[in-house]
Amino acid sequence: MANCHKIYFVTNVIVSSLGVLTSNGNHCVTIFLYNLTYILNRLLMEKIFQKLALSSASIVFIILVGIFITLLSSSKLAIDEFGFDFLVNPDWNKEVVINPDVSNTPVVSELKSDEIVDEDDGMIEDEDEMLFDEDDESDVQTKTIYGGLVPIVGTVLTTLIALIFALPIAMGIAVFLAEIAPKNISNVVGIAIELLAAIPSIIFGMWGLYYFAPIVSDLVGGYQVSLLTAGLVLGVMILPFMAAITRDSMNTTPGVLKESAYALGATKFEVIKDIIFPYSKTGIIGSIILALGRALGETMAVAFLIGSIFVLPTSITSPTISIPVAMANNFGEASGLGESALFYLALILFVISFGVISFAKMYFLKKAK
Amino acid sequence: MRLLVNKLFLTFSVLSALIGLAFLGWILVTLFIKGLGSFHFSLFLNDLIDGGLRNLIIGQFILAGLAAAIGIPLGMAAGIYIQEYGKGRYASIIRDLSDIMMSAPSIVIGAFVYAVVVVPTGGTSGFAGAIALAIMMIPVVINTTDNMLSLVPRELREAGVALGASKYRVILDIVIKAAKIGIMTGILLAFARIIGETAPLLFTSETSNYFSLDLTESFPSLTVSIYDLANEPEESSRDLAWAASFILTVLVLIINLTGRFFTRNKD
Repeated sequence: MANCHKIYFVTNVIVSSLGVLTSNGNHCVTIFLYNLTYILNRLLMEKIFQKLALSSASIVFIILVGIFITLLSSSKLAIDEFGFDFLVNPDWNKEVVINPDVSNTPVVSELKSDEIVDEDDGMIEDEDEMLFDEDDESDVQTKTIYGGLVPIVGTVLTTLIALIFALPIAMGIAVFLAEIAPKNISNVVGIAIELLAAIPSIIFGMWGLYYFAPIVSDLVGGYQVSLLTAGLVLGVMILPFMAAITRDSMNTTPGVLKESAYALGATKFEVIKDIIFPYSKTGIIGSIILALGRALGETMAVAFLIGSIFVLPTSITSPTISIPVAMANNFGEASGLGESALFYLALILFVISFGVISFAKMYFLKKAK
Repeated sequence: MRLLVNKLFLTFSVLSALIGLAFLGWILVTLFIKGLGSFHFSLFLNDLIDGGLRNLIIGQFILAGLAAAIGIPLGMAAGIYIQEYGKGRYASIIRDLSDIMMSAPSIVIGAFVYAVVVVPTGGTSGFAGAIALAIMMIPVVINTTDNMLSLVPRELREAGVALGASKYRVILDIVIKAAKIGIMTGILLAFARIIGETAPLLFTSETSNYFSLDLTESFPSLTVSIYDLANEPEESSRDLAWAASFILTVLVLIINLTGRFFTRNKD
């Protein structure tokens, strides 16, 4: 390409000088050279255009790899500190006392510690144990530990509730749009459902907190901010998305198949159950998993409703927290290990949703295309 | 019995559609009542610090507009590459990755931009916010461009090449023109999506109470401010949040419907 450019430049100079020199001279040469630059110009532009397109396409790859590497390196501190225990540890931002190497230090500070116990009874209750405890009070070291179990559980549970709630309704809507409603009604309802998908998630959150959650908690009891209300609002959010893709895959069923079944006397339900569903099964499952991937990473709607406390939920109506919400609420104040732990959570979320979505793409939606 | 099951099933299906519509209606009615209740035209004239929303609305448009200015050319060029140049494995890998990126959690994209832009530049900025939104937008534009270009008949391209046009000329002058309406629709829908995003902006642009055009500082954002206002205890803040939500939703739905209107005309 560089070569091409050089030639282009040189010929351009030659041509322009020739154009001046041979104003009454040999026109054939001038025209030939003009043509030559024109062709080279085209080749060059073509090359540049193609390279631009290629590099833009590569940006997708670069960004995705960049996200992964960035999350990995930013969470390195937390990964080194907690390892995989992070995944099962329910304590977030908890101060714990650490004993520096009990075996290595000989029992020297016995007396000292005894005195200290007298001074400060609240610190350690058992005096006998204290005698063998090497920790001078000034030596008592605490460290903050972070565990990701609560947000991970919260994320998975809200997504599950959303899925259980949205799945039957979404299927019903898809069937309605694809098979039951007349074309014009189907179009209008279809657009309305897609508008529901277009509403910003923060609106779902506010509406959910002030209007939807009170009704749910009146019916079911429990807190207004809870796993249940967060999951249900999340379900309303993924509903249109799920319905739209399911409808699209149902629409791929060939009309001939349906007509033959109707001709054999099948009812609409039987056609849908025995013809359309088996035919578009992969597409439908793919769309469900895709909606699940969306629900996993949803932040704002859940942030209003989940309660945002790092406590394992004891029941479906108790408040807890999810990974995106933990990030949204704590990122601003966090630094050092805390920030790194949040990045660790982000990494977990990214890996899970990447896995879920690519699984749906590879195994189910490929055939549907 | 068969007929009864059929009836039940059909009733259930119609009911689900009604439930879906009811949710849309419920949300819109809530927004209208709460939003219009605290809506006033002075909201467009004052900044947040004086109890208005002017700086936030303008800020949100600038963030989304800048993101579009970054995202649209990149996304279209990438879509063109996948559809017109890419043959074989690389193009299909990019296509799959872009689909995956479309569903990547927006908060993770926010965290990514925080790590690569906010931390090195020493603070939240409008640029960081716009970059985060652009990352959200690129895969959507790629997807649209890719799909719309694939609908352009092969004969059009061949006719162009037969007239002696070079490939990039054929793409720019013929293929893109033929797919223009579809691509514009997709871009409008993508724009409607990013203008309502909150999560990627939370720790990239943050928000600001003052009017600002300085993209190197924390930048006013309507959505982030809605989140802040809605969490404040005072009734007046929450009313303002409702008014802002109302304006935001109306904006998003108008952009969305405009996009759909274009395709409708084409059909």
